[in-house]
Amino acid sequence: MSTQIEQEQAEEQAEADAAAETEESHQERRLSEKKARAEAREREEQAREEVREAEDTVEIKVFRYDPEVEGKDEPRFDDFHVPFFKGMTVLDALMYARDHYDSSLTFRHSCRQAVCGSDALFVNGQQRLGCKTQMADLEGPVRIEPLPHQDVVKDLVVDMEHFYEQMHAVEPYFQPDELPEGELEEQRQSPENREKVKMSTRCIWCGACMSSCNIAAGDNEYLGPAAINKAYRFAMDEREGEIKKEDRLEIIEQEHGVWRCQTQFSCTEVCPKDIPLTEHIQELKREAVKSNLKFW
Amino acid sequence: MSETYDRGAVEDFGRWREFKPGMWAWIFHKFTGWVLVGYLFTHIAVLSTATGGDVLYTNTLQGLEELLVVRVLEVGLLSVAVFHILNGVRLLFVDLGFGLENQDKSFYASLVVTAAIVVASVPTFLSGV
Ligand code: HEM
Ligand code: SF4
Ligand code: FES
Repeated sequence: MSTQIEQEQAEEQAEADAAAETEESHQERRLSEKKARAEAREREEQAREEVREAEDTVEIKVFRYDPEVEGKDEPRFDDFHVPFFKGMTVLDALMYARDHYDSSLTFRHSCRQAVCGSDALFVNGQQRLGCKTQMADLEGPVRIEPLPHQDVVKDLVVDMEHFYEQMHAVEPYFQPDELPEGELEEQRQSPENREKVKMSTRCIWCGACMSSCNIAAGDNEYLGPAAINKAYRFAMDEREGEIKKEDRLEIIEQEHGVWRCQTQFSCTEVCPKDIPLTEHIQELKREAVKSNLKFW
Repeated sequence: MSETYDRGAVEDFGRWREFKPGMWAWIFHKFTGWVLVGYLFTHIAVLSTATGGDVLYTNTLQGLEELLVVRVLEVGLLSVAVFHILNGVRLLFVDLGFGLENQDKSFYASLVVTAAIVVASVPTFLSGV
């Protein structure tokens, strides 16, 4: 609370001062910049000390690229030495590097527990979630790159727009043919049906599968494993009904739908939520054939 | 949005060391399939010498079989065909939804069986007719 009042006062002060922008404020700025630099040096010094003292350290090689800063617009790899602790994940190592060596190192993360899907990265040649990958399981130096087949915005951040578009293209929301009578009536699912869609519901939209797929790389319009899996999740949900299922099958069997899949199993290998993607795609292919035969 | 950077071919075939069994199976299947298509043409070319009469046909075949290269190539053809058929059967099972959890093992099995058949056939091919 008290900090807030202070802040308000400070703001008033700042407004008052703004009118008479003096040498003093320049000096203040210089001083604060100096302080920040000193702090950064201190953090780095501390890191080096920690690295020296640590029993075990790990080396990470991180892809760097920033189109907006001259001298950083050529992609390169930066090496960081990070003190190792038991249970350290790739994300932990990145955060240590950012907090101690280079605050401009950019990557997405949020939940740190494989739920939000923000930190799919290309680690030692495979798409993995940073927060779900143990450093101890990797051979060093650990190479960390942004997801392949997506445009790099900065460092490890890729443009996910196209992936989200494909996800939305399959209408990833529940659309039952009919609603139950009473307003408060529940739409119950049988335990068997729940079991059938269970794995497919686990997707966290991380994009690892799409990035691993050779076909998606060559055909930008291909829906991709995650979107098809999303379609599976609803097409197989018995509560939606036959009419909607036909609609859904039509979406997934369009030119750039399920038939593009060549069963390379790359997506299934990399999915951090262990969704049997290829299996779901194959099942939808069979469903599509069956429903077409029905119309003959 | 800011300008983005496309890393080009780094992420493509240059990463072959990181390919997984399913990917190798796909590459080998495409490759063997097209080799078989290529063979189909030479096959037709050789067979069509039969239109020039029995003698020409027999001479052509004997002439070819006398060449060591041809006999070595035949071993190659056999391996390509056997792998394509075995992996083709694997893909059929994958299409039908059987044993998808074991797709890597069935790929290795295709390779091993192909190797065994090819090795067993070498004496027959190389000894000539
Ligand atoms: C018993 C024999 C054969 C079996 C079981 C078989 C099976 C298959 C299967 C299942 C595929 C699809 C692969 C996929 O899903 O990506 C395929 C592809 C292919 N096959 Fe065969 N095949 C056989 C013989 C042949 C022969 C004799 C030829 C050549 C004349 C051939 C040429 C090809 C080619 C070129 C492809 C790739 C097509 C593409 O680019 O998608 N196959 N084969
Ligand atoms: S299917 Fe798996 S790999 Fe693909 S976006 Fe969902 S969680 Fe990520
Ligand atoms: S930080 Fe949320 S999935 Fe890794």
